Amino acid sequence: MSDLETFRAETRTWLEANCPAEMRQPVRDEEDVYWGGRRAKFKNDAQKAWFDACLAKGYTVPAWPKEYGGAGLAPAEAKVLRQEMSRISARPPLSSFGIWMLGPALLHFGTEEQKKHFLGQIARGEIRWCQGYSEPGSGSDLVSLQTYGEDKGDHWVVNGQKVWTSYADQADWIFCLVRTDKENKYKGITFMLFDTASEGCSTKPIKLISGNSPFCETFMEDVKVPKSYGEGIPAYVGEINRGWDVAKYLLGHEREMISGADGGNTGTVGSAMSRHVAKSGDELDPVLRAELAMFDVDALAYGAMGEKFLDEIKVGKAHPAQPNMMKYAGTELNKRRHELMMSAGGSRSLEWESEETGGGKPSRNWLRTKANSIEGGTSEVMLNVISKRILDLPGA
Amino acid sequence: MPLYHDEDQAMLADTATSFMAEQGNIKDQLRHWRDRDCPDGFGHGLWKQMAEMGFTGMLVGEDDGGLGMGHVEAGIVLEEIGRNLTPSPFLTSSVLAATALKHGSNDLKGRYLPGLIEGESVFAVAIDETAKHRPSRITTRAERSGNGFKLSGSKSFVIQGASADMLVVAARTSGSDDDEDGITLFAVPKDAANMSHNSVRLVDSSMATHTKFDGVDLDGDAVIGEVDGGREVLNAMLTAGRIGAAAEGVGVARGAMDLTVDYLKQRKQFGKLIGEFQALQHRASHLYSEVEIARAAVIKAQQLLDGGSEKAELMSSVAKAKVARTAGLAVKEGVQMHGGIGMTDEYDIGLYMKRDRALQEFLGDAYFHANRVAELNGY
Ligand SMILES: Cc1cc2nc3c(=O)[nH]c(=O)nc-3n(C[C@H](O)[C@H](O)[C@H](O)COP(=O)(O)OP(=O)(O)OC[C@H]3O[C@@H](n4cnc5c(N)ncnc54)[C@H](O)[C@@H]3O)c2cc1C
Ligand SMILES: Cc1cc2nc3c(=O)[nH]c(=O)nc-3n(C[C@H](O)[C@H](O)[C@H](O)COP(=O)(O)OP(=O)(O)OC[C@H]3O[C@@H](n4cnc5c(N)ncnc54)[C@H](O)[C@@H]3O)c2cc1C
Repeated sequence: MSDLETFRAETRTWLEANCPAEMRQPVRDEEDVYWGGRRAKFKNDAQKAWFDACLAKGYTVPAWPKEYGGAGLAPAEAKVLRQEMSRISARPPLSSFGIWMLGPALLHFGTEEQKKHFLGQIARGEIRWCQGYSEPGSGSDLVSLQTYGEDKGDHWVVNGQKVWTSYADQADWIFCLVRTDKENKYKGITFMLFDTASEGCSTKPIKLISGNSPFCETFMEDVKVPKSYGEGIPAYVGEINRGWDVAKYLLGHEREMISGADGGNTGTVGSAMSRHVAKSGDELDPVLRAELAMFDVDALAYGAMGEKFLDEIKVGKAHPAQPNMMKYAGTELNKRRHELMMSAGGSRSLEWESEETGGGKPSRNWLRTKANSIEGGTSEVMLNVISKRILDLPGA
Repeated sequence: MPLYHDEDQAMLADTATSFMAEQGNIKDQLRHWRDRDCPDGFGHGLWKQMAEMGFTGMLVGEDDGGLGMGHVEAGIVLEEIGRNLTPSPFLTSSVLAATALKHGSNDLKGRYLPGLIEGESVFAVAIDETAKHRPSRITTRAERSGNGFKLSGSKSFVIQGASADMLVVAARTSGSDDDEDGITLFAVPKDAANMSHNSVRLVDSSMATHTKFDGVDLDGDAVIGEVDGGREVLNAMLTAGRIGAAAEGVGVARGAMDLTVDYLKQRKQFGKLIGEFQALQHRASHLYSEVEIARAAVIKAQQLLDGGSEKAELMSSVAKAKVARTAGLAVKEGVQMHGGIGMTDEYDIGLYMKRDRALQEFLGDAYFHANRVAELNGY
């Protein structure tokens, strides 16, 4: 047996022993996910047992080095773990913006002490993070952001407003883009980390069309952000005024995550929906069946693309702007998936609060997916980036 | 296996890319033979050169004198064939017929494979009997007669049927028209008596035949595989052919896209390069995404087939359907974005549109394969 096959066999045994049955079901909504943080509660014992087992093994962040709380898995091993987890539909033990977004940025740009300090906290699920990028006047044109941090020697005084800060009301800390030099558009932004419980920092929920509200406006009024949290632990990532580089790097990871390239977005819908329709005593309209079939073709093809993309990323073969293409294609696909699920569900899927629909899940999820092609950069912006960076079209 | 080409495959891709661009390009092959009304629709000289490159026998086992390579490798050649619109018997001979012959007797292999490997022989496959691909229904019959069979019936749109030295014919030896069982594959030689071809030129200037069998006598040695048990061989051949056609389709899509993107960077209107218009940029970028995804589906299907996975069936249909849609988009956007010039014969983009159309029909279009995906997924 090759090393990798041995690892696969061990992983299977370990999962068999440690992943509770309740955790071997696809995630249906956000309650099924453990997000960590100071105020976190486990939904049930199984969720906690699964989290604890993974934490002990370094599997909350399997590919991170051991000294930062990971398992130090090689890319090929991480892929095996992912495959084995998806084979039994194991839920992720811990989800967070810390893992997906801040972590990779720290791994790339952080100081040694900073990594030990923050990455460990993320791996253990102690701190829940939110992302403070967008502002009311700066969405797609993010670099126009206005939130300002005035240099006061050992600290900044930050004033401004952020918008769309997902989960800011449940998050503990924010990674935040703040202008620190008004003269310099790209080279005047600093990537800061601070506690949202700091004085002067407040949040207000935004209700979405799906009725849910994990999104917030975040206000900063004379928030004091120190420049350091201890020896070698700056309160900013990378260099002062060079936060745009960090932001761009991180957006790549965000887009990759939203694209569902790692398997979150490859599911077909035809067979489930046809069973669903049959159960309600109905027949699948041939034209709807045809649409479902075409969708399944696209979903399976996209699944292959996701696999290829991750394989290529690992060996540096992927074009650096490829995450934009994945994000574009993946989010448009997911929107289509939910449109079809609404159609197959018929009137039942219109219910907003019934028990049968788990409190209107089909319609709420459907509405929520509409944000996929907006959050993390809109589809139009993704297409702009592809035009410019991959196709090299003029003036793009 | 990672979903990209390993070192050897990347090297082969480099070789195939430059060979096809130099020897198989549109001007020297497609236009050359088309403008001469060539009855074969392709050049035998190039076929011979492809043999010298080692392409023709890629899928033939080493024991039989071939290179024993896989569908990823054959796909590399096919993608370049697609990109250059190279008319060639590669898909029918080196992929489809070669796959069928893997199941043939040593005698059959000895009779046909050396010619294929040398680039001397061309093979065709005769499966369809109607204008749409429907291999579940086979009415052409082969009755037992003496030590052999008597073949009667007809096949339509046999690609390169009249040029072929041998036709792989799917016929019914028992059962009724729509039965799964009762199929037998035959290797029918070119000079068989009572076989006639009615040739037609297709939109992409390739040649197909409507082939009639009026009691063609075949000896028992002509059987490929088992009598009445040919469905499995037929399916293996179809899966290989569909994945191959999908690889060629990706080449067509990429060729059309590259031509178009280049044009966007050259053509000026309203005082600007038309590539500066966001209306066109977004469509080009969307097309790029689709081509990448289609290509991934094809590589996935090739690897599954090479690995002997049972998922290769499903993925072959995913790949064929996805590519049909994607190449279709590439050629439509290509002609449109070229403006009026795209409608002229002088510019190549229209040739891509024609080839794509023929390739879409070959071995099942997007509708056929999406339907198959639904069936394989149980709905
Ligand atoms: C559910 C959700 C969660 C989010 N979470 C976060 C978060 O946690 N943290 C955070 O900082 N932000 C978050 N965002 C904000 C998100 O990043 C922005 O909404 C997004 O970048 C778009 O900006 P905008 O809403 O200001 O739209 P605008 O930029 O005003 O765009 C409006 C329309 O114009 C189009 N457009 C704009 N510029 C161009 C152009 N150059 N070419 C073509 N079309 C263009 C857009 O595509 C869009 O269709 C979230 C958003 C949503 C909806
Ligand atoms: C069959 C045929 C018959 C014709 N008959 C006649 C005739 O009898 N008399 C005559 O005078 N002309 C005729 N024409 C010419 C026809 O009017 C032009 O082809 C047409 O106006 C397009 O111009 P173009 O071909 O130069 O394309 P281009 O203008 O070069 O356009 C190339 C591509 O760029 C796009 N594009 C250009 N500008 C923009 C923009 N600002 N924003 C977004 N996209 C843009 C176009 O939509 C197109 O997709 C004929 C054309 C054809 C194909």
